[in-house]
Amino acid sequence: MDDLHRLTISEAHQLLKGKKISSVELTRACLKRLAQAEKKVHACVTVCAETALKQAEEADKAVSGGKVQPLTGIPAIIKDNMCTRGIKTTCASRILENFVPPYNATVVEKLKDTGIVILGKANMDEFAMGSSTENSAFFPTRNPWDLDRVPGGSSGGSAVAVAADEAIYALGSDTGGSIRQPAGFCSVVGMKPTYGRVSRFGLVAFASSLDQIGPITKNVADCALVMNVISGHDPHDSTSVPDPVPDYIRSLVPDLKKLRIGIPREYFVEGMQPEVRVIMQTAIARLEELGAEVDWDVSLRHTKYALAAYYILAPSEASANLARYDGVKYGFSYQDTSSMWEAMEKTKQFGFGAEVKRRIMLGTYALSAGYYDAYYLKAQKVRTLIKQEFDRAFEKYDALVTPTSPTVPFKLGERVDDPVQMYLSDVCTLPINIAGIPGISIPAGFVDGLPVGMQILGKHFDEATLLRIAFAYEQATDWHKQKPPL
Amino acid sequence: MKLTCEEAKHIALLARLGMSEAEVEKFMVQLSHILENFEILKQVDTSGLSPTAQTVALQNVFRADEPQPSYPVQDVMANAPQREEDFFKTRPVLE
Repeated sequence: MDDLHRLTISEAHQLLKGKKISSVELTRACLKRLAQAEKKVHACVTVCAETALKQAEEADKAVSGGKVQPLTGIPAIIKDNMCTRGIKTTCASRILENFVPPYNATVVEKLKDTGIVILGKANMDEFAMGSSTENSAFFPTRNPWDLDRVPGGSSGGSAVAVAADEAIYALGSDTGGSIRQPAGFCSVVGMKPTYGRVSRFGLVAFASSLDQIGPITKNVADCALVMNVISGHDPHDSTSVPDPVPDYIRSLVPDLKKLRIGIPREYFVEGMQPEVRVIMQTAIARLEELGAEVDWDVSLRHTKYALAAYYILAPSEASANLARYDGVKYGFSYQDTSSMWEAMEKTKQFGFGAEVKRRIMLGTYALSAGYYDAYYLKAQKVRTLIKQEFDRAFEKYDALVTPTSPTVPFKLGERVDDPVQMYLSDVCTLPINIAGIPGISIPAGFVDGLPVGMQILGKHFDEATLLRIAFAYEQATDWHKQKPPL
Repeated sequence: MKLTCEEAKHIALLARLGMSEAEVEKFMVQLSHILENFEILKQVDTSGLSPTAQTVALQNVFRADEPQPSYPVQDVMANAPQREEDFFKTRPVLE
């Protein structure tokens, strides 16, 4: 059993439950694979081998005691913006480089209750601001399908860890596409749940009205399994909803009869790579063969305003959220001055990277006296229009299908000096955060060995339909079984 | 929308964000370019629309104001850059 790291959650669970393998063996296999693959991909900011093996021993005890749940003893990697008690949580930023949280994020706590094994913390764009993981203050992560290309971002480390079989699954966070875009770029499954479905307590805040935590997995069934554990109301997060959570495994039925799927033409944007368009057409035709009623010409005409609205809303919220890094309570603190203001200014100057500063500037500007109405308020009203448009579309369709990104992964360095170009790589994913609806990206094919993701969107709190469509498509294809040449 | 050097410095001051002259120059150009891309929003008629701040139907979530156990002081203070006993130490705010 040399390749245990290649297992999915469900496969590993069966073997653990049947006592064919132990969690310690599984964890050792993942750590070995991780050590080998990390030399090339650099997906992890922190590796915690020792605590992982201890957690695996605990899980094995639980298994022998007959207490085995679907995620018990399964090794995972957590994006480094989710608080892990006793394990550094850096947000890939100098300002939190040595921050050790005194508590666990609710998602981590829930996973701990089922016996999680945490292998490490995943690299990301600093404070989740970026689309390529190049904004990490430590090092860029590389795409396992082509090491000269970016893995997407901001959850690039999480997506790569799963694609490279370092971990059986990972958690990411998604503010404008940060789970789905890297999942698409790395040919794995990534879901952004409905805003309010999963608690954000302990997730380092970027843009509080857009942020959401979700799973990154090797297949759709695994996504459902993780969603079953992390979803639900949390008294610590007043924006998490008290509605009951369905058993997502039940939604995995491999036929799409009577499902109405719309294809919004605005997502097949100008500048879209022609090969990506062809792959999408083939994938949608496959959904039709599986029984879905597809309307190929839906229009969401306000889509073109989403990018501008997003880059006002997200930086505005970020500028408020990041004001807390004043060097007083935790984090990097500039000491070489007796002035309070200078200490605060220099703490931020040396603690934050370029993209974070750019967004703080942008947000501060959009919220400042004289510009508030023209920028922030205007963007919030456009948000209303975009949300209404989705609501109307979902009166007619059960789901919408789009590409996850208009291109295949781009080369490292290609867009770092051109923020506007970089922001465009999220053009298909960020309207979803603006409307608060759920979205999933699943593998849909390759262009010259580079992955293409298909994005499926649904009504608020209808993750089940997304999983059903994703599962049916996955059963009919084998893209998810292909592995990068590492 | 072109941002001037003075405006860039003023925004940095509002955010209490220290910046080198080179950074001010760079951000001035990049932010101007980004702001130009925001002009597209002027095309949208938003008259009569209310702004959306968040997308869940919840409003005014309350709970009983009862004391509950919190994290141990030692844990909370463990990351303090400077402390004195169980207090965060900072520079004088009023001079």
